[in-house]
Amino acid sequence: MNTRSQVLLWGAQRASAMLLAVCVLVHLITIIYAVRHGLSAAEILGRTRGSVAWGLFYATFVAAVAVHAPIGVRNILAEIGWRGRGVDVLMFVLALTLAMWGLRAVWAVVS
Amino acid sequence: MKNDTRSRNHPAYWAFVVHRISGLALTLFLPLHFWALGNALHGEAKLETFLRWSDQPLVKCAEVGLVLLLAAHLTGGLRLLMLEFMDWRHVGDSHKTLLACAAGASAAIGLLFLLNLL
Amino acid sequence: MNTLKVKIWRGAESGQFQEYEVPRLESQTVLDVVTYVQRRLDPSLAYRFACRVGVCGSCAMSVNGVSRWTCRTHVDKVAKGDTLEIAPLRNLPVIRDLATDMREFFDKWAKARGRFTGAQTRKDEFAEVKPESKQRKAVDAAIECIGCGVCYSSCEVVTWKPDYLGPAALSRAWTLANDVRDVAQKERLAAVAGDAGCHSCHTHLNCTERCPKGISPTAGIAGLKRLVLAATLKGDL
Repeated sequence: MNTRSQVLLWGAQRASAMLLAVCVLVHLITIIYAVRHGLSAAEILGRTRGSVAWGLFYATFVAAVAVHAPIGVRNILAEIGWRGRGVDVLMFVLALTLAMWGLRAVWAVVS
Repeated sequence: MKNDTRSRNHPAYWAFVVHRISGLALTLFLPLHFWALGNALHGEAKLETFLRWSDQPLVKCAEVGLVLLLAAHLTGGLRLLMLEFMDWRHVGDSHKTLLACAAGASAAIGLLFLLNLL
Repeated sequence: MNTLKVKIWRGAESGQFQEYEVPRLESQTVLDVVTYVQRRLDPSLAYRFACRVGVCGSCAMSVNGVSRWTCRTHVDKVAKGDTLEIAPLRNLPVIRDLATDMREFFDKWAKARGRFTGAQTRKDEFAEVKPESKQRKAVDAAIECIGCGVCYSSCEVVTWKPDYLGPAALSRAWTLANDVRDVAQKERLAAVAGDAGCHSCHTHLNCTERCPKGISPTAGIAGLKRLVLAATLKGDL
Protein backbone atom coordinates (compact mmCIF):
# COMPACT_ATOMS: atom_id res chain seq x y z
CA MET A 1 0.00 0.00 0.00
CA ASN A 2 1.40 3.42 -0.89
CA THR A 3 2.06 6.13 1.68
CA ARG A 4 -0.84 8.26 0.49
CA SER A 5 -3.31 5.42 1.15
CA GLN A 6 -1.75 4.82 4.57
CA VAL A 7 -2.31 8.47 5.48
CA LEU A 8 -5.90 8.33 4.21
CA LEU A 9 -6.53 5.18 6.26
CA TRP A 10 -5.32 7.02 9.35
CA GLY A 11 -7.58 9.94 8.48
CA ALA A 12 -10.53 7.63 7.87
CA GLN A 13 -10.06 6.01 11.26
CA ARG A 14 -9.98 9.38 13.03
CA ALA A 15 -12.97 10.71 11.05
CA SER A 16 -14.97 7.54 11.78
CA ALA A 17 -13.90 7.83 15.43
CA MET A 18 -15.43 11.32 15.64
CA LEU A 19 -18.66 10.03 14.14
CA LEU A 20 -18.61 6.97 16.40
CA ALA A 21 -18.13 9.14 19.48
CA VAL A 22 -21.57 10.65 18.83
CA CYS A 23 -23.13 7.28 17.84
CA VAL A 24 -21.75 5.42 20.87
CA LEU A 25 -22.93 8.14 23.22
CA VAL A 26 -26.48 7.91 21.83
CA HIS A 27 -26.22 4.10 21.92
CA LEU A 28 -25.12 4.06 25.57
CA ILE A 29 -27.92 6.40 26.61
CA THR A 30 -30.43 4.24 24.71
CA ILE A 31 -29.08 1.05 26.30
CA ILE A 32 -29.24 2.44 29.83
CA TYR A 33 -32.74 3.76 29.18
CA ALA A 34 -33.92 0.52 27.56
CA VAL A 35 -32.80 -1.87 30.29
CA ARG A 36 -34.56 -0.02 33.10
CA HIS A 37 -37.55 -2.37 33.08
CA GLY A 38 -35.84 -5.28 31.37
CA LEU A 39 -35.42 -5.83 27.64
CA SER A 40 -38.34 -7.07 25.58
CA ALA A 41 -38.61 -7.65 21.86
CA ALA A 42 -41.89 -5.74 21.73
CA GLU A 43 -40.36 -2.67 23.34
CA ILE A 44 -37.24 -2.71 21.13
CA LEU A 45 -39.10 -3.26 17.88
CA GLY A 46 -41.80 -0.82 18.95
CA ARG A 47 -39.12 1.82 19.03
CA THR A 48 -37.34 0.92 15.80
CA ARG A 49 -39.89 -0.57 13.37
CA GLY A 50 -40.82 1.90 10.70
CA SER A 51 -38.59 4.59 12.13
CA VAL A 52 -36.54 6.27 9.41
CA ALA A 53 -34.57 8.20 12.02
CA TRP A 54 -33.42 5.10 13.93
CA GLY A 55 -32.79 3.33 10.62
CA LEU A 56 -30.52 6.10 9.39
CA PHE A 57 -28.82 6.38 12.75
CA TYR A 58 -27.98 2.67 12.99
CA ALA A 59 -26.96 2.49 9.31
CA THR A 60 -24.51 5.35 9.90
CA PHE A 61 -23.31 3.65 13.07
CA VAL A 62 -22.67 0.38 11.19
CA ALA A 63 -20.89 2.15 8.33
CA ALA A 64 -18.62 4.04 10.72
CA VAL A 65 -17.72 0.92 12.69
CA ALA A 66 -17.05 -1.02 9.47
CA VAL A 67 -14.46 1.63 8.59
CA HIS A 68 -13.06 2.06 12.10
CA ALA A 69 -12.56 -1.51 13.33
CA PRO A 70 -10.70 -3.10 10.37
CA ILE A 71 -8.15 -0.24 10.32
CA GLY A 72 -7.49 -0.87 14.00
CA VAL A 73 -7.15 -4.62 13.41
CA ARG A 74 -4.75 -3.89 10.53
CA ASN A 75 -2.55 -1.88 12.91
CA ILE A 76 -2.54 -4.67 15.46
CA LEU A 77 -1.62 -7.25 12.81
CA ALA A 78 1.18 -5.02 11.46
CA GLU A 79 2.61 -4.76 14.95
CA ILE A 80 2.77 -8.51 15.42
CA GLY A 81 4.47 -8.85 12.04
CA TRP A 82 1.58 -9.52 9.63
CA ARG A 83 1.83 -6.98 6.83
CA GLY A 84 1.37 -6.72 3.11
CA ARG A 85 -1.22 -6.99 0.42
CA GLY A 86 -2.77 -10.19 1.75
CA VAL A 87 -3.57 -8.56 5.09
CA ASP A 88 -4.93 -5.42 3.39
CA VAL A 89 -7.28 -7.50 1.24
CA LEU A 90 -8.36 -9.45 4.31
CA MET A 91 -9.14 -6.19 6.13
CA PHE A 92 -11.19 -4.98 3.19
CA VAL A 93 -13.17 -8.22 3.31
CA LEU A 94 -13.61 -7.77 7.07
CA ALA A 95 -14.93 -4.23 6.49
CA LEU A 96 -17.43 -5.42 3.88
CA THR A 97 -18.53 -8.35 6.04
CA LEU A 98 -19.09 -6.12 9.08
CA ALA A 99 -21.01 -3.63 6.95
CA MET A 100 -23.29 -6.24 5.30
CA TRP A 101 -23.84 -8.22 8.50
CA GLY A 102 -24.53 -5.00 10.41
CA LEU A 103 -26.93 -3.61 7.83
CA ARG A 104 -28.80 -6.93 7.89
CA ALA A 105 -29.28 -6.42 11.64
CA VAL A 106 -30.45 -2.84 11.10
CA TRP A 107 -32.93 -4.04 8.46
CA ALA A 108 -34.14 -6.71 10.88
CA VAL A 109 -35.12 -4.24 13.58
CA VAL A 110 -36.31 -1.39 11.36
CA SER A 111 -38.34 -3.11 8.63
CA MET B 1 17.36 -5.60 23.80
CA LYS B 2 13.70 -4.98 24.52
CA ASN B 3 11.90 -3.13 27.27
CA ASP B 4 10.05 -4.94 30.00
CA THR B 5 7.06 -3.82 32.08
CA ARG B 6 9.20 -1.51 34.23
CA SER B 7 9.56 0.93 31.36
CA ARG B 8 5.88 0.70 30.37
CA ASN B 9 4.43 1.12 33.84
CA HIS B 10 2.82 4.56 33.58
CA PRO B 11 -0.83 5.70 33.23
CA ALA B 12 -0.80 6.54 29.51
CA TYR B 13 0.53 3.09 28.62
CA TRP B 14 -2.16 1.44 30.71
CA ALA B 15 -4.69 3.58 28.87
CA PHE B 16 -3.32 2.18 25.62
CA VAL B 17 -3.65 -1.40 26.90
CA VAL B 18 -7.29 -0.76 27.85
CA HIS B 19 -7.97 0.86 24.46
CA ARG B 20 -6.45 -2.01 22.53
CA ILE B 21 -8.13 -4.79 24.52
CA SER B 22 -11.52 -3.05 24.46
CA GLY B 23 -11.26 -2.33 20.73
CA LEU B 24 -10.37 -5.90 19.90
CA ALA B 25 -13.04 -7.36 22.20
CA LEU B 26 -15.73 -5.07 20.76
CA THR B 27 -14.75 -6.03 17.20
CA LEU B 28 -15.05 -9.71 18.10
CA PHE B 29 -18.39 -9.11 19.84
CA LEU B 30 -19.96 -7.17 16.94
CA PRO B 31 -20.80 -10.16 14.69
CA LEU B 32 -22.53 -11.79 17.66
CA HIS B 33 -24.48 -8.61 18.38
CA PHE B 34 -25.56 -8.33 14.74
CA TRP B 35 -26.56 -11.99 14.70
CA ALA B 36 -28.72 -11.52 17.81
CA LEU B 37 -30.55 -8.53 16.34
CA GLY B 38 -30.89 -10.39 13.05
CA ASN B 39 -33.22 -12.79 14.88
CA ALA B 40 -35.91 -10.16 14.39
CA LEU B 41 -35.94 -11.04 10.67
CA HIS B 42 -37.79 -14.21 11.71
CA GLY B 43 -40.33 -12.33 13.78
CA GLU B 44 -40.68 -10.68 17.15
CA ALA B 45 -41.10 -14.03 18.92
CA LYS B 46 -37.66 -15.22 17.78
CA LEU B 47 -36.02 -12.09 19.17
CA GLU B 48 -38.01 -12.46 22.40
CA THR B 49 -36.73 -16.05 22.78
CA PHE B 50 -33.18 -14.80 22.49
CA LEU B 51 -33.76 -11.98 24.98
CA ARG B 52 -35.21 -14.37 27.52
CA TRP B 53 -32.16 -16.61 27.08
CA SER B 54 -30.00 -13.55 27.77
CA ASP B 55 -31.67 -13.05 31.16
CA GLN B 56 -29.23 -15.54 32.72
CA PRO B 57 -27.00 -13.94 35.37
CA LEU B 58 -23.83 -14.91 33.49
CA VAL B 59 -25.02 -13.17 30.30
CA LYS B 60 -26.01 -10.09 32.31
CA CYS B 61 -22.52 -10.00 33.82
CA ALA B 62 -21.04 -10.18 30.34
CA GLU B 63 -23.31 -7.31 29.27
CA VAL B 64 -22.02 -5.12 32.09
CA GLY B 65 -18.49 -5.96 30.96
CA LEU B 66 -19.34 -5.06 27.37
CA VAL B 67 -20.90 -1.73 28.32
CA LEU B 68 -17.82 -0.96 30.39
CA LEU B 69 -15.56 -1.84 27.43
CA LEU B 70 -17.64 0.32 25.09
CA ALA B 71 -17.58 3.23 27.53
CA ALA B 72 -13.83 2.84 28.05
CA HIS B 73 -13.18 2.75 24.31
CA LEU B 74 -15.36 5.84 23.86
CA THR B 75 -13.80 7.97 26.59
CA GLY B 76 -10.28 6.70 25.87
CA GLY B 77 -10.84 7.40 22.19
CA LEU B 78 -12.04 10.95 22.89
CA ARG B 79 -8.89 11.45 24.96
CA LEU B 80 -6.75 10.29 22.02
CA LEU B 81 -8.58 12.56 19.58
CA MET B 82 -8.02 15.51 21.92
CA LEU B 83 -4.30 14.72 22.23
CA GLU B 84 -3.96 14.35 18.47
CA PHE B 85 -6.08 17.24 17.28
CA MET B 86 -6.01 19.90 19.96
CA ASP B 87 -3.28 22.34 20.88
CA TRP B 88 -0.84 20.44 23.12
CA ARG B 89 -0.51 23.43 25.44
CA HIS B 90 -4.19 23.08 26.30
CA VAL B 91 -4.44 19.30 26.66
CA GLY B 92 -0.99 17.76 26.62
CA ASP B 93 0.41 19.34 29.73
CA SER B 94 -2.55 18.04 31.69
CA HIS B 95 -2.82 14.71 29.91
CA LYS B 96 -2.94 12.79 33.18
CA THR B 97 -5.95 14.81 34.34
CA LEU B 98 -7.58 14.06 31.01
CA LEU B 99 -6.87 10.37 31.52
CA ALA B 100 -8.39 10.43 35.00
CA CYS B 101 -11.53 12.08 33.60
CA ALA B 102 -11.78 9.44 30.87
CA ALA B 103 -11.39 6.59 33.36
CA GLY B 104 -13.89 8.16 35.75
CA ALA B 105 -16.48 8.77 33.04
CA SER B 106 -16.30 5.21 31.73
CA ALA B 107 -16.61 3.78 35.24
CA ALA B 108 -19.63 6.02 35.85
CA ILE B 109 -21.30 4.85 32.63
CA GLY B 110 -20.67 1.21 33.56
CA LEU B 111 -22.10 1.76 37.03
CA LEU B 112 -25.14 3.59 35.66
CA PHE B 113 -25.86 0.61 33.39
CA LEU B 114 -25.43 -1.83 36.27
CA LEU B 115 -27.79 0.15 38.50
CA ASN B 116 -30.44 0.33 35.77
CA LEU B 117 -30.08 -3.37 35.14
CA LEU B 118 -30.75 -4.35 38.73
CA MET C 1 30.27 3.24 54.62
CA ASN C 2 27.14 2.31 52.73
CA THR C 3 27.65 0.20 49.67
CA LEU C 4 25.56 -0.11 46.57
CA LYS C 5 25.06 -3.46 44.85
CA VAL C 6 25.21 -2.69 41.14
CA LYS C 7 24.32 -5.15 38.39
CA ILE C 8 25.85 -4.10 35.08
CA TRP C 9 25.23 -5.69 31.69
CA ARG C 10 28.37 -7.31 30.25
CA GLY C 11 28.63 -8.62 26.71
CA ALA C 12 26.79 -7.74 23.51
CA GLU C 13 23.22 -8.83 22.55
CA SER C 14 23.91 -11.99 24.47
CA GLY C 15 25.61 -11.54 27.78
CA GLN C 16 24.75 -11.38 31.47
CA PHE C 17 24.60 -9.05 34.42
CA GLN C 18 27.67 -8.87 36.60
CA GLU C 19 27.45 -7.58 40.15
CA TYR C 20 29.77 -4.96 41.64
CA GLU C 21 29.93 -3.26 45.01
CA VAL C 22 30.32 0.49 44.86
CA PRO C 23 30.62 2.87 47.82
CA ARG C 24 27.53 5.02 48.12
CA LEU C 25 28.16 8.73 48.25
CA GLU C 26 26.08 11.83 48.69
CA SER C 27 24.68 13.33 45.46
CA GLN C 28 26.11 10.41 43.50
CA THR C 29 24.88 10.03 39.92
CA VAL C 30 24.41 6.78 38.03
CA LEU C 31 27.22 7.87 35.72
CA ASP C 32 29.48 8.29 38.80
CA VAL C 33 28.72 4.68 39.68
CA VAL C 34 29.57 3.39 36.20
CA THR C 35 32.75 5.47 36.15
CA TYR C 36 33.78 4.11 39.56
CA VAL C 37 33.35 0.54 38.32
CA GLN C 38 35.41 1.20 35.21
CA ARG C 39 38.22 3.05 36.97
CA ARG C 40 38.51 1.00 40.16
CA LEU C 41 37.01 -2.43 39.58
CA ASP C 42 36.99 -3.43 35.94
CA PRO C 43 38.76 -1.31 33.31
CA SER C 44 37.33 -3.45 30.49
CA LEU C 45 33.81 -2.00 31.01
CA ALA C 46 32.64 -0.15 27.89
CA TYR C 47 30.33 2.86 28.17
CA ARG C 48 29.89 6.30 26.66
CA PHE C 49 29.88 9.77 28.16
CA ALA C 50 31.32 13.19 27.43
CA CYS C 51 30.06 16.34 29.16
CA ARG C 52 28.68 14.97 32.48
CA VAL C 53 26.28 17.91 32.72
CA GLY C 54 23.31 16.96 30.57
CA VAL C 55 24.24 18.70 27.36
CA CYS C 56 25.92 16.21 25.05
CA GLY C 57 23.36 13.40 25.13
CA SER C 58 25.83 10.51 25.05
CA CYS C 59 25.45 8.81 28.45
CA ALA C 60 21.90 7.45 28.25
CA MET C 61 21.40 3.93 29.61
CA SER C 62 18.66 1.77 30.99
CA VAL C 63 18.58 2.15 34.78
CA ASN C 64 16.38 -0.33 36.67
CA GLY C 65 14.55 -0.97 33.41
CA VAL C 66 13.89 2.69 32.57
CA SER C 67 15.91 4.66 30.00
CA ARG C 68 17.57 7.72 31.52
CA TRP C 69 20.41 10.21 31.11
CA THR C 70 22.82 8.82 33.68
CA CYS C 71 24.86 11.97 34.32
CA ARG C 72 21.88 13.77 35.78
CA THR C 73 20.14 10.84 37.41
CA HIS C 74 20.84 10.67 41.13
CA VAL C 75 21.27 7.24 42.63
CA ASP C 76 18.99 8.28 45.52
CA LYS C 77 16.12 8.83 43.10
CA VAL C 78 16.32 5.50 41.29
CA ALA C 79 17.99 2.88 43.53
CA LYS C 80 15.71 0.16 44.82
CA GLY C 81 17.05 -0.06 48.36
CA ASP C 82 20.75 -0.64 47.84
CA THR C 83 20.53 -2.13 44.37
CA LEU C 84 20.86 -0.72 40.89
CA GLU C 85 20.57 -2.46 37.52
CA ILE C 86 22.34 -0.75 34.64
CA ALA C 87 21.93 -1.95 31.05
CA PRO C 88 22.41 -0.51 27.56
CA LEU C 89 19.63 1.45 25.81
CA ARG C 90 16.83 -0.67 24.30
CA ASN C 91 15.82 -0.95 20.64
CA LEU C 92 19.43 -0.51 19.49
CA PRO C 93 22.11 -3.12 18.76
CA VAL C 94 24.52 -3.52 21.67
CA ILE C 95 28.17 -3.14 20.71
CA ARG C 96 29.59 -4.05 24.09
CA ASP C 97 28.45 -3.68 27.69
CA LEU C 98 26.70 -0.29 27.99
CA ALA C 99 27.57 1.04 24.53
CA THR C 100 24.95 0.75 21.79
CA ASP C 101 25.28 1.23 18.06
CA MET C 102 23.47 4.54 17.46
CA ARG C 103 23.74 4.49 13.65
CA GLU C 104 20.17 3.34 13.06
CA PHE C 105 18.92 6.06 15.41
CA PHE C 106 20.69 8.86 13.56
CA ASP C 107 20.10 7.38 10.10
CA LYS C 108 16.40 7.77 10.83
CA TRP C 109 16.91 11.50 11.51
CA ALA C 110 18.29 11.75 7.99
CA LYS C 111 15.41 9.64 6.62
CA ALA C 112 12.91 11.98 8.29
CA ARG C 113 14.65 14.84 6.47
CA GLY C 114 15.93 16.16 9.75
CA ARG C 115 18.34 18.58 8.13
CA PHE C 116 17.56 22.22 7.46
CA THR C 117 17.14 23.14 3.81
CA GLY C 118 17.36 26.86 3.18
CA ALA C 119 17.14 28.93 -0.01
CA GLN C 120 19.05 32.04 1.03
CA THR C 121 22.71 32.82 0.54
CA ARG C 122 25.20 34.75 2.61
CA LYS C 123 24.41 37.80 0.50
CA ASP C 124 20.80 37.85 1.69
CA GLU C 125 19.57 39.68 4.77
CA PHE C 126 19.16 37.70 7.99
CA ALA C 127 15.91 35.79 8.00
CA GLU C 128 13.57 36.95 10.71
CA VAL C 129 11.81 34.43 12.91
CA LYS C 130 9.37 36.18 15.18
CA PRO C 131 9.68 34.76 18.72
CA GLU C 132 5.98 35.27 19.40
CA SER C 133 4.81 33.60 16.18
CA LYS C 134 2.64 30.52 16.51
CA GLN C 135 5.06 28.31 14.59
CA ARG C 136 8.08 29.36 16.61
CA LYS C 137 6.22 28.83 19.87
CA ALA C 138 5.08 25.36 18.76
CA VAL C 139 8.67 24.13 18.80
CA ASP C 140 9.85 25.87 21.97
CA ALA C 141 10.39 22.53 23.69
CA ALA C 142 11.41 20.31 20.77
CA ILE C 143 14.41 22.44 19.72
CA GLU C 144 16.04 21.63 23.08
CA CYS C 145 16.52 17.97 22.07
CA ILE C 146 20.03 16.67 22.84
CA GLY C 147 19.69 13.47 20.80
CA CYS C 148 20.31 11.15 23.75
CA GLY C 149 18.11 8.34 22.42
CA VAL C 150 16.06 7.89 25.61
CA CYS C 151 12.76 8.35 23.74
CA TYR C 152 13.79 5.94 20.98
CA SER C 153 14.82 3.40 23.59
CA SER C 154 11.50 3.80 25.44
CA CYS C 155 9.26 3.65 22.37
CA GLU C 156 7.17 0.53 22.06
CA VAL C 157 6.28 1.19 18.42
CA VAL C 158 9.99 1.11 17.51
CA THR C 159 10.15 -2.37 19.07
CA TRP C 160 7.08 -3.54 17.13
CA LYS C 161 7.95 -1.89 13.81
CA PRO C 162 11.71 -1.69 13.34
CA ASP C 163 11.31 0.62 10.33
CA TYR C 164 9.34 3.20 12.38
CA LEU C 165 11.28 6.48 12.40
CA GLY C 166 10.82 6.96 16.13
CA PRO C 167 10.10 9.94 18.40
CA ALA C 168 13.42 11.81 18.15
CA ALA C 169 13.60 11.88 14.34
CA LEU C 170 9.92 12.84 14.04
CA SER C 171 10.25 15.52 16.71
CA ARG C 172 13.21 16.93 14.78
CA ALA C 173 11.12 16.92 11.60
CA TRP C 174 8.40 18.80 13.52
CA THR C 175 10.83 21.58 14.46
CA LEU C 176 11.76 22.01 10.78
CA ALA C 177 8.15 21.75 9.61
CA ASN C 178 7.63 24.91 11.67
CA ASP C 179 10.75 26.65 10.39
CA VAL C 180 9.59 29.45 8.10
CA ARG C 181 13.02 29.55 6.39
CA ASP C 182 12.96 25.88 5.31
CA VAL C 183 12.06 25.17 1.68
CA ALA C 184 11.79 21.35 1.69
CA GLN C 185 8.44 21.14 3.49
CA LYS C 186 6.62 18.89 1.00
CA GLU C 187 9.52 16.46 0.80
CA ARG C 188 9.76 16.34 4.58
CA LEU C 189 6.04 15.69 5.04
CA ALA C 190 6.28 12.89 2.47
CA ALA C 191 9.26 11.44 4.35
CA VAL C 192 7.44 11.31 7.71
CA ALA C 193 4.03 10.13 6.40
CA GLY C 194 2.35 6.79 6.78
CA ASP C 195 2.98 3.44 8.46
CA ALA C 196 6.74 3.88 8.99
CA GLY C 197 6.25 7.51 10.00
CA CYS C 198 4.14 9.63 12.30
CA HIS C 199 0.86 7.80 11.67
CA SER C 200 2.12 4.71 13.49
CA CYS C 201 2.38 6.58 16.79
CA HIS C 202 -0.15 5.24 19.32
CA THR C 203 0.20 8.07 21.83
CA HIS C 204 1.58 5.65 24.44
CA LEU C 205 3.48 8.73 25.68
CA ASN C 206 6.50 6.58 26.61
CA CYS C 207 8.74 9.21 24.99
CA THR C 208 6.95 12.09 26.70
CA GLU C 209 7.14 10.28 30.02
CA ARG C 210 10.87 9.60 29.76
CA CYS C 211 12.42 12.56 27.91
CA PRO C 212 15.01 14.03 30.30
CA LYS C 213 14.55 17.47 28.74
CA GLY C 214 10.81 17.46 29.35
CA ILE C 215 10.03 17.50 25.63
CA SER C 216 6.90 15.81 24.36
CA PRO C 217 7.78 14.20 21.04
CA THR C 218 4.16 12.97 21.04
CA ALA C 219 3.02 16.58 20.62
CA GLY C 220 5.23 17.11 17.58
CA ILE C 221 4.22 13.75 16.09
CA ALA C 222 0.54 14.70 16.50
CA GLY C 223 1.29 17.97 14.73
CA LEU C 224 2.93 16.08 11.86
CA LYS C 225 -0.04 13.71 11.60
CA ARG C 226 -2.30 16.72 11.03
CA LEU C 227 0.03 18.51 8.61
CA VAL C 228 0.51 15.34 6.53
CA LEU C 229 -3.22 14.60 6.43
CA ALA C 230 -3.98 18.17 5.37
CA ALA C 231 -1.33 18.00 2.63
CA THR C 232 -2.66 14.64 1.46
CA LEU C 233 -6.23 15.90 1.27
CA LYS C 234 -5.04 18.93 -0.68
CA GLY C 235 -3.32 16.57 -3.12
CA ASP C 236 0.16 17.79 -2.26
CA LEU C 237 1.47 14.36 -1.36
